[in-house]
Order: sequence, then structure tokens, then C-alpha cells
Amino acid sequence: MIHSLFLINCSGDIFLEKHWKSVVSQSVCDYFFEAQEKAADVENVPPVISTPHHYLISIYRDKLFFVSVIQTEVPPLFVIEFLHRVADTFQDYFGECSEAAIKDNVVIVYELLEEMLDNGFPLATESNILKELIKPPTILRSVVNSITGSSNVGDTLPTGQLSNIPWRRAGVKYTNNEAYFDVVEEIDAIIDKSGSTVFAEIQGVIDACIKLSGMPDLSLSFMNPRLLDDVSFHPCIRFKRWESERVLSFIPPDGNFRLISYRVSSQNLVAIPVYVKHSISFKENSSCGRFDITIGPKQNMGKTIEGITVTVHMPKVVLNMNLTTTQGSYTFDPVTKVLTWDVGKITPQKLPSLKGLVNLQSGAPKPEENPSLNIQFKIQQLAISGLKVNRLDMYGEKYKPFKGVKYVTKAGKFQEDVGGDFFSIGEYHLTAAHCNSKGRKLQ
Amino acid sequence: MTDSKYFTTTKKGEIFELKAELNSDKKEKKKEAVKKVIASMTVGKDVSALFPDVVNCMQTDNLELKKLVYLYLMNYAKSQPDMAIMAVNTFVKDCEDPNPLIRALAVRTMGCIRVDKITEYLCEPLRKCLKDEDPYVRKTAAVCVAKLHDINAQLVEDQGFLDTLKDLISDSNPMVTLSEIASLTAGTCLTALNECTDGGGQIFIPGLLANYTPQDDREGPEVSICERVTPRLSHANSAVVLSAVKVLMKFMEMLSKDLDYYGTLLKKLAPPLVTLLSAEPELQYVALRNINLIVQKRPEILKHEMKVFFVKYNDPIYVKLEKLDIMIRLASQANIAQVLAELKEYATEVDVDFVRKAVRAIGRCAIKVEQSAERCVSTLLDLIQTKVNYVVQEAIVVIKDIFRKYPNKYESVIATLCENLDSLDEPEARAAMIWIVGEYAERIDNADELLESFLEGFHDESTQVQLQLLTGIVKLFLKKPTETQELVQQVLSLATQDSDNPDLRDRGYIYWRLLSTDPVAAKEVVLAEKPLISEETDLIEPTLLDELICYIGTLASVYHKPPSAFVEGGRGVVHKSLPPRTASSESAESPETAPAGAPPGEQPDVIPAQGDLLGDLLNLDLGPPVSGPPLTTSSVQMGAVDLLGGGLDSLMGDEPEGIGGTNFVAPPTAAVPASLGAPIGSGLSDLFDLTSGVGTLSGSYVAPKAVWLPAMKAKGLEISGTFTRQVGSISMDLQLTNKALQVMTDFAIQFNRNSFGLAPAAPLQVHAPLSPNQTVEISLPLSTVGSVMKMEPLNNLQVAVKNNIDVFYFSTLYPLHILFVEDGKMDRQMFLATWKDIPNENEAQFQIRDCPLNAEAASSKLQSSNIFTVAKRNVEGQDMLYQSLKLTNGIWVLAELRVQPGNPSCTVRLSLKCRAPEVSQHVYQAYETILKN
Repeated sequence: MIHSLFLINCSGDIFLEKHWKSVVSQSVCDYFFEAQEKAADVENVPPVISTPHHYLISIYRDKLFFVSVIQTEVPPLFVIEFLHRVADTFQDYFGECSEAAIKDNVVIVYELLEEMLDNGFPLATESNILKELIKPPTILRSVVNSITGSSNVGDTLPTGQLSNIPWRRAGVKYTNNEAYFDVVEEIDAIIDKSGSTVFAEIQGVIDACIKLSGMPDLSLSFMNPRLLDDVSFHPCIRFKRWESERVLSFIPPDGNFRLISYRVSSQNLVAIPVYVKHSISFKENSSCGRFDITIGPKQNMGKTIEGITVTVHMPKVVLNMNLTTTQGSYTFDPVTKVLTWDVGKITPQKLPSLKGLVNLQSGAPKPEENPSLNIQFKIQQLAISGLKVNRLDMYGEKYKPFKGVKYVTKAGKFQEDVGGDFFSIGEYHLTAAHCNSKGRKLQ
Repeated sequence: MTDSKYFTTTKKGEIFELKAELNSDKKEKKKEAVKKVIASMTVGKDVSALFPDVVNCMQTDNLELKKLVYLYLMNYAKSQPDMAIMAVNTFVKDCEDPNPLIRALAVRTMGCIRVDKITEYLCEPLRKCLKDEDPYVRKTAAVCVAKLHDINAQLVEDQGFLDTLKDLISDSNPMVTLSEIASLTAGTCLTALNECTDGGGQIFIPGLLANYTPQDDREGPEVSICERVTPRLSHANSAVVLSAVKVLMKFMEMLSKDLDYYGTLLKKLAPPLVTLLSAEPELQYVALRNINLIVQKRPEILKHEMKVFFVKYNDPIYVKLEKLDIMIRLASQANIAQVLAELKEYATEVDVDFVRKAVRAIGRCAIKVEQSAERCVSTLLDLIQTKVNYVVQEAIVVIKDIFRKYPNKYESVIATLCENLDSLDEPEARAAMIWIVGEYAERIDNADELLESFLEGFHDESTQVQLQLLTGIVKLFLKKPTETQELVQQVLSLATQDSDNPDLRDRGYIYWRLLSTDPVAAKEVVLAEKPLISEETDLIEPTLLDELICYIGTLASVYHKPPSAFVEGGRGVVHKSLPPRTASSESAESPETAPAGAPPGEQPDVIPAQGDLLGDLLNLDLGPPVSGPPLTTSSVQMGAVDLLGGGLDSLMGDEPEGIGGTNFVAPPTAAVPASLGAPIGSGLSDLFDLTSGVGTLSGSYVAPKAVWLPAMKAKGLEISGTFTRQVGSISMDLQLTNKALQVMTDFAIQFNRNSFGLAPAAPLQVHAPLSPNQTVEISLPLSTVGSVMKMEPLNNLQVAVKNNIDVFYFSTLYPLHILFVEDGKMDRQMFLATWKDIPNENEAQFQIRDCPLNAEAASSKLQSSNIFTVAKRNVEGQDMLYQSLKLTNGIWVLAELRVQPGNPSCTVRLSLKCRAPEVSQHVYQAYETILKN
């Protein structure tokens, strides 16, 4: 049961509070501020803090802290999930989840919060339902409202809420019926100095953008469903069907949603699409060192690797870097000591490289720490796990929809401890793919 | 045109202005005013003064305005209940509104008014809403019942709302059902939940599964419940996933490990847990805290997933620290190389706390995985070479532990450590270094110089360092007395005369006196052999762990504390415990199966009336192994049959440690299978205590308890005891006293092989942790089926007792008469033949002095100890008793006892004949003790 919610910005101002039960004084947040001070870095504030009479469970999203006050035993995961859902809803409604956006729409925010939680229990958290109860603000609507005096508050009950499929509203109508699926995969790996994979896994999601009239019943099948052994489903998916036939059968929510997320971890299934050759050396008793990296494609299945960015966290004693690159451009920020190399596309004929001299602070000892190296990239039209959608069938409606699927592979972050034993590709939270692009036509 | 304009009015007369606006005639202006009020509310301003004015706006057709007013009311209804009464009439009216949205809004707000006076007015509208045609209203009303229950539980029951709620559980609409479950937090029944999992269970409501607990064993076979829950592992909501994990962890307890399904479940549990680690960092943190518990309970689930716990550089520090903890728990010989390589990387990171923990982790790996110790030490040495101050200090602290664990193995590194002496500025590191120098003083040439250097700033050091320095120098003195006399004088006087710290002074005086009176004793005390340190650190106590497993996914699991430890006045904090385990071979592998506490609910009558029980016990063959008493309760059904059969042997035989912290009067779940060993020990002797007046039952002579293990030899654990034999069963009656300052738990006992194969027939049962100054009496049943080895003397018994502190050894001599069996009476003819048959050189003669008994008395006294008189003769005024006895291993001993009643010296002569003459001496001692007591 969530008692209260405080929204706090980075400078420590409480700019919104909402109480679902009795009012809890703002002073409870002092414990949070204390923890924040101790943590030094905003990201390091522990998510669960105990105070003499309450528990504070918080998340940090978009430079805002969502701090909830708990008085009784409650699953913390539920609270954290809920807080993220709140932030998602704000994002969805206002286009951004920021202090300004929330302050600009404080009444809607309040209405939303009241609708999402009643007496501390979740009530309506599906965005489809919320959007019917409380209409999101648009420029057009606010103009209309100010002229006609009508409001953002829906005056009828959302119909979907009463059905057995609460995630879909009734009476949806489109002139162009479309269903798009984006298969987005991120690679997360650790590779040792010799280039062999120590650890690799793929975090994948299938995001859907469904604009279909009526009550369509979809089933999506895969060429190789065996790949998916660790999957989280959107509640609309019929689990039994998946268990028995390995087919995703569902009545979709209207609009954008995440259909499934999955993890492919067996290492032989995870191909690493790029390789990096690197050498960074510092001379003893000298104020400079050599720096040299080359990047090349590997197992890219004939697709172009694009959008490559390399960032290197150089040791603190590095003053400046004098580098030349065969492709793209680089910047070195002498304050944060971060080297960013924007490579762009790889053409196998001419591998991009970046080499040159590193200037160290004079007199400083040879740096001990190994700079870490991160790589971002993107491969269009390829799911690196090899996952392929076979077909999409629709039942329950007569019309013929336009169907499409798009594959994207992204690297999270290549973290490479140059000269160390490991270099790892960590994970990055990448923004979801765009659903408006038309993909390959399905059978 | 955004809402931020509402914040701009911060003038003095703000409230006044708003008041005027609220009472304006223009609808638009009113609405704007209410919005301003709400904007002030959101930043915590008190606008309750406007209550009457806002309530006035309530009577409107404009839905938006109405909604805004309700938002205001909900906020202040709780804090300003008296004013809320003003709105009651409108509530009641709105509950009848044709628009379901308004009806729902009204019923929702109504519930927020926490005033007893008006709750009565609310009942009628609420009842109507519970039966509303619109499910949305019904759903809202259901939550309202929960709110009302908080205010006035009695009223809710009186009004029959609970029954209405129960009807709603079978509501056709799943959303309504789910609200029910949210409000009916207690007493949920599984059938309703099944419906939810079929129909609407896919909806976001994680609280649901939390209630999905096996409160009642009758609900059906575990497997089918597990099968129902497993799909939830793929749910998109992590809270649902974790609840499902909890349910499975609970039910796995009841599944036999031999089942194929058990293995399948194990495999299914790993992926969702791993997936949780790719979620947002806050979720990861909670997941990791829970995984920490799961890994301790069932390491097999994640043993192949070590890599997912490798730290990523952008993890928040709280995630990093948790991952590190789990990495150490999962470290094993198979993966230690990888783990070490990772840890070494971490030790060069930036965050100081994290680096320290990483260094410490390397030390823990060394202690946990013996094969890796060498690599760990060399890794630590590499780290010391970095000269990073806090890394060096932390490394020294862990190296000290490694020295303790593997004595005389890695001392070659001491030289390297000594080089860094000057850079140590933290007390713990300084103390560790001093310990090392003192401990290995004989191998460090300049140990005296090193210690002397610390001594200079003695008074500025922290107590920890001072104490260690004192001990270190005394150690040095005992090892190199000639050169260090001055130094020891100096430290003793510093500690005793110049210090204000009583601990330090006391220790100083003790050393001083020891050294001045008995240097040999001092050596024994100060340089005593140190007990080994345990491999696993920071393990959660098994009973607590079991309780916490039941709380997976809750705050309790984040804090690793039972809810009772921190939930304030939470309603009905109930101790949960894992369901009892089936009696399969797994009990031997995991001794920590004891259910934690009493399960909720009443305690059905487990114990038959005492008389019945006694009768049953006496009818049974009491020779070990002993069958348990007839435990028949409603919840025993599962597996009770095989429990009494094959299961029991494995329980009693293989169990290395105590299985159950339970006793005879335990509630049903506790008494079922896992604890069947218990009644044999404690229960039985208690029963016999009840009947000790009955002649037939009185057993053989029992010596008074003697101290076997003094407290000073066993870190405060004093053990005294004696042996008894009653109706065929031998037991060792122990009295454990805790004379230390800390609580003792986890007792276990083992015997060395001995002449008659004596062995514990049941594990040592200590029901609760032994707190300081507490004494507990335990009767340990013994069997004679253990392995045999001839001891010197013959009746010597070597015993090892373990507790959470250490393992202690002692040896004791048992009186031979506990081995005299009940069927030791020999037939007369047989006796005569045997007596002749045994060669004369096997005859041993003894005298028992000061025994004023006559033949009758002696005979009956001996008989109660299973020495049977076969024949009696009177020769020359002397009574000759011919007696026989049999030992547990089948050896017969024949005796001729010559009693002279008139003899002033009261001497009794005893001749013993036996094919194994070495027992004679001990049989004689048994005679003597029996006759003289």
C-alpha cells in the first residue's frame, strides 16, 4: 500500500506531493535527503530507505526522484514498478517526464494519480484506460477547451474496463488498418583480451504498434521460436497457447506497447558483430603515451554496421590527446577525460582507426587504471539472435490490415579495460525503436 | 495556457482572494479557482480554510468541476474529518447519480472520511454500490469496504459487508474480483484465486500472488499448484514474477528432490531471476536482495549463472555491492578463476566502498575455496603493491584471516606486509598487522622493533589496537623472553596504570599476573591453539532464512529481517514458516529444515492424552531406533505413512545435525516429518520422569552428573552429564550451560568410535538458542550400533560437540552397567557349564569394602541394573550369589559374589569369569558403584 508520493527535483525541492491516505508531513523526506547527501551521486541513492515510522521507496527517472512513503509491509517491487509506471504515464501524456511538464499539468497529474491508486491499491494503470478517463492534453484540445469550456475529463466510463480484456478499448476505428512489429535486440557481452567471448547475452524486445479497428485477435508465429526460452509477456498474450504451440496469440491493446521482452543467453547463439583492436601504452617516466584503436566488422550477416560511436574513459592524469582518424570525428573532453569517437558506418574495405599521442600530466606516475572503452552501434534489418517472424494472422475482423516487421540490433556499451584481462560490452538503456516506419511486408 | 499559472499567486491575501473566486457566480471562474486550490495543495500548502467554499462548488453538473472538488475532498477528508461531514449529503446523493463515474467517485471519496460519526450514514449507499449494475462502481465499492474496515472493523462485520464481499469474489468481472482480493487481504481462498489465474489474473496486480499461499495443505497436490504458478514467471511485472518465485520456493520445500518435476522447477526458476537483473537499477536492487536469500537456501538454482552477477561499470553502487555479495556466495572451485579475475578488476575501481568490499571478497574466496587460496594470496599481494592506501589496509585485514584459516602456509608474505607498516592508519588494519607480527614473532627478526614503533603512540590508538598491541607484545615476550622484557614491562604498565579503559586494564592485569605467577600457564593461555574460522561468513541463520523465504518480494526480504522486527503495529504479524518437508533423502543434505515458528491459526490437538501416549510407548519396542509416537493430525496426511517406515531411519541415521527446533508439543506443521527425531530424546525422558515412582520402570543406577567439559575449555560452554539405562534404552543426559556472553545455537554432537559402538541414536536437540547464563537439560538417546574400536581404557568415550562458535572435544568414561542388557539371566545349567568352560586364568578376584548389605538387598539392587542372580547358596555362614550379566555386544560375564553379613569390615568378595577378561575390571567397578549407592 502506497501512502504518499513526493516528487523531488535534482536540487532537492519537493515540487509535488500526493497523499492517498492521511497527509504525511514533508519532513519525512529529510531522511531521503540525508541518504542522498551520503550517496554523493544521484544515481547511487539507495532505493529503499527506512525511517523510524515509514519506509521510503524511490526511483530516479529523468532527473527526478519519485519518493513513495510506505507504512505497512508491501512488496517493494510492486511499489517500484508502480513508480516507473507513473513516470511512463507522465511521459506518455506530456511527451516528457520533467518538472516543467508536471507543473504545467498539475491538475491532470493529480487526476491521474488519483485514478491510478485508490487507498494505496492500484486501480487503473493501463494507459488506454487512463486516456479515456482523462484525456491527454494537446494543443488543439486546450485551444478548444478554452473556447468551448469543455474539459479534459472524460464524462463516460472507459468501456474496456468492463470487459474481460481491460487493456483494449472498445469501438476502435481506423481508416488504414496497420500492425507493425519492431524486433530490437541489444547485445551485452564480456570479451577477454584474446577476443573470445566470456559472457554474452542478448536482451531483445518486440515492440508493437497496432492500429486496427474493432476487436482483432492476432497470432504471431516465428520461424525459430526455440530461441525464446526466457520471455516476459504483455498480459494480453495467451500463455497456454504459447506453451503448447509456441505461437503468440493475443487481442492487442490499441497503439504502442511492448509485446514481449526476451533474453537469449546461450553463448553460441550470440554472435558479436564487431571486433576492436586496441593498444594503449604509457611510457615509464615520460609524459606521453601511444593510443591506437581499429574497429572492424565480424559476423554481421551481410548487413552494414552503422551509427558506431566509441567512448573511452581516459585516466585522470591524461591532459590532452593528439589523434588522427581515418573516418569520422573525435572529441576529447579534458574535464571529464572522455574521448568520444563518432565513427559512423563501417566499410570492410577500409577499416576505421584512430591513433596518436596521449599527453600526460608531467611528473605524474604512469597511470595504473586501464581506460574503459564503450562502443555503440546499430544494425538495421537484422536481429542478431536470428529470430525471425514467420507470419501474422488476424481473426475476428473482416478487413485486411497492412502488416510489417522491422529488425534492429544495437550494442549496448562495449566496456573495454584496455590492457586488462577483460573487456566487456555492458548494457545501455536505448530508447525504443520507432514504430512509424514501414517495415518489410509480411506474407 | 498551462497549469503553472496557478502557482503564481503568492500574495498575502491569497486565501481571501481564492475564497471570493470560489463564491463567484461564473462557472469558469469557479473552476479556475478550484484548480488554484489544488495547485497549492500539490506543493503541500494548507488550504483547508477554504473547505466550506470548495464544498459549495460540489453541487454542479459540470463533471470536471465535480471531479476537482472531489480531489480536494479526498485530500482533506482525512485530515479535516469534521468538515467533511458537511459533504455527506452530497455523497449520498451522488451515489444515486445516473452516471456510474460519479457514483464511483462518491463512494471512493466517502471511504476516505475517517470519522466514526458518519460511517453509519455511509453504510446504506455503500451497500447499494456493492450491488451496483456497473462493475466499475462495484470495484470501487469493494475497496471502500477495505477503507471502512480500517476505521471500524466491527461495523463492517455487523453490516455483513464481508459476506457481500465474498459473494463478489465469484463476480463475473475479473477486475472486481481483483479488488476484492486486494481488500480481503486475509482469508483468501484458493478456489477464488484459481479463477483469477484463469481469467483475469494476467492483469497488473502483484498483491494477488502474495496471498496465494499454501495456508492450508488440503488444497491439493503441490505439483498442480506449482504448475499453475509457473506461467507467472513470464509475467512482465517483476513483482508478479517474484511472488511466483516465492510460491514456488515454498512449495519446493514440500516436493521430494527425487521427483523429476523438482528438477524441472529448479531449471525454470533461474531465467526469470536473471531477467530481473536487466531491469531498472531499483528493481535490480530488490531482486538482488531476494536472490541473496534464494542463493543461500538453494544455491543449485543459480550456480551456473555466476556471470550475470558480474558488476557493470555503470551499475549504481548499491547494485554493485549486492552483486559482489552474491558472487562470493556462488563462488566454487569450478568458477573461482573467473571470479578472482573479476574481483581483481573491481579492486582497481574508483569507489572506495566498493573497492574495499572487493578486496575483502578476495579474502573470503580464499577461505571458502581452499584450492584458490594460493591465487587469492598472490592477488592480494599484487594489490598491496599498488600502494593504494585503503587497498593495502583492507588486504592486510583479510590476509590475517587467511593466516588463521591456513596456518603455516603463507607466512612467507609477512615480509611484504611489514613493508607497508607505515601506511596503515585505520584501526582495523593496524590491529590486524599487530596480530600478525605478534603471532609470527619468532619468524620476524625485528618484531620487537615493529611493535615498539606502535607503542610510541599507545594512548592515541583506538581500543582495538591497544588490546591487540598488548596481546601481541605478550606473545612476543613468551616467544622471545630474553630481549623483550623491557617492552612487555612498558606495555603492561601503559595498559594497567595509564589507561582509563577497563577492558584494557583487566586484560593487562590478567597477563601481568599470569606472567609473574606461572609463565607456563601464561604460555598455554596466550599461545593457545586457535580454533579454525568458518568458511561461510554472513550466513543468515537457517530458521530466519526459512522465514524470510516466505517473505520473498517484501520489505522483509530487502532488510533480511523478519517483519516482526520492523513492521510497526502491522495488523497481525504472523510468523510464517516453510511448509514441512517430505521425508526424503534430501533431509540429510540440508540440516536446516527446521520450521521457523508456529504457523498461524489454532493448534489442533496433536498430543493424545498423556496416559494413552505412555501406553503406546511402552508397547513399542523401545530399543533404538525408536518409532515416533502416533502423530495423527489433519495435516500429517501427506507422507505420514512412509515417515514411520523407511523415512525415519534416514532421518535419524543420516542427519548430521539437529533437524528440528521442535519438541513434543509443537504445533502440527512443526511436529510433522522433519522433527520426528525429537520425541525420542526429550519427549521420552520427560515421560519417564512422570512415572519415576513406578517400580517396574525404574532403570539401573544413575550416577550424578559430573562436569565433562569445563566452560573455560569450551569458550563458555559447560557440559556436564551422566549416562542412564532405562527399559532397554541407553541415554546420555546432558546439561548444557552457556557461560559466555553470546547466544549459542546450532548444537550437534558426535562420538568417536569406541569399544562398544556407542553412538547417538538421534541428533542433539537444543530447541532454542542458548542465551547467556541459560542451562538446558537434554537427554540424548544412544545406540550401540556405531562403529567399534577398542579404546584404552575400555570404557573411554571421546565426544565432539559443535555449536555456532566452535567444535569442542572431551572424553569421558561411561559406567559399564549401562551396557548390561535385560535378557542377561542365564539358565542354571548353562551357568554351571559355562563357569566350568571358562579357563581359570580368566577368573578375576576383587574385594568391595564397606558394603554393609546383605545378600537379599545386594541381589535386588544388582537386579535393577540387569545383573541377575542365577542361584544362591549358603556356605559356612557366607551367602554365595551366582550371577550373570550380558553386555550389549553379547559378551557374558559370570560372577560369584560372597557376602558375609556378620563381617565387621563389610567386605564383599567378587569373582568374575568372562571369556573377554579385559572387561572384568570395569564390571567390578560397576558392581562397586551399584552396591555402594
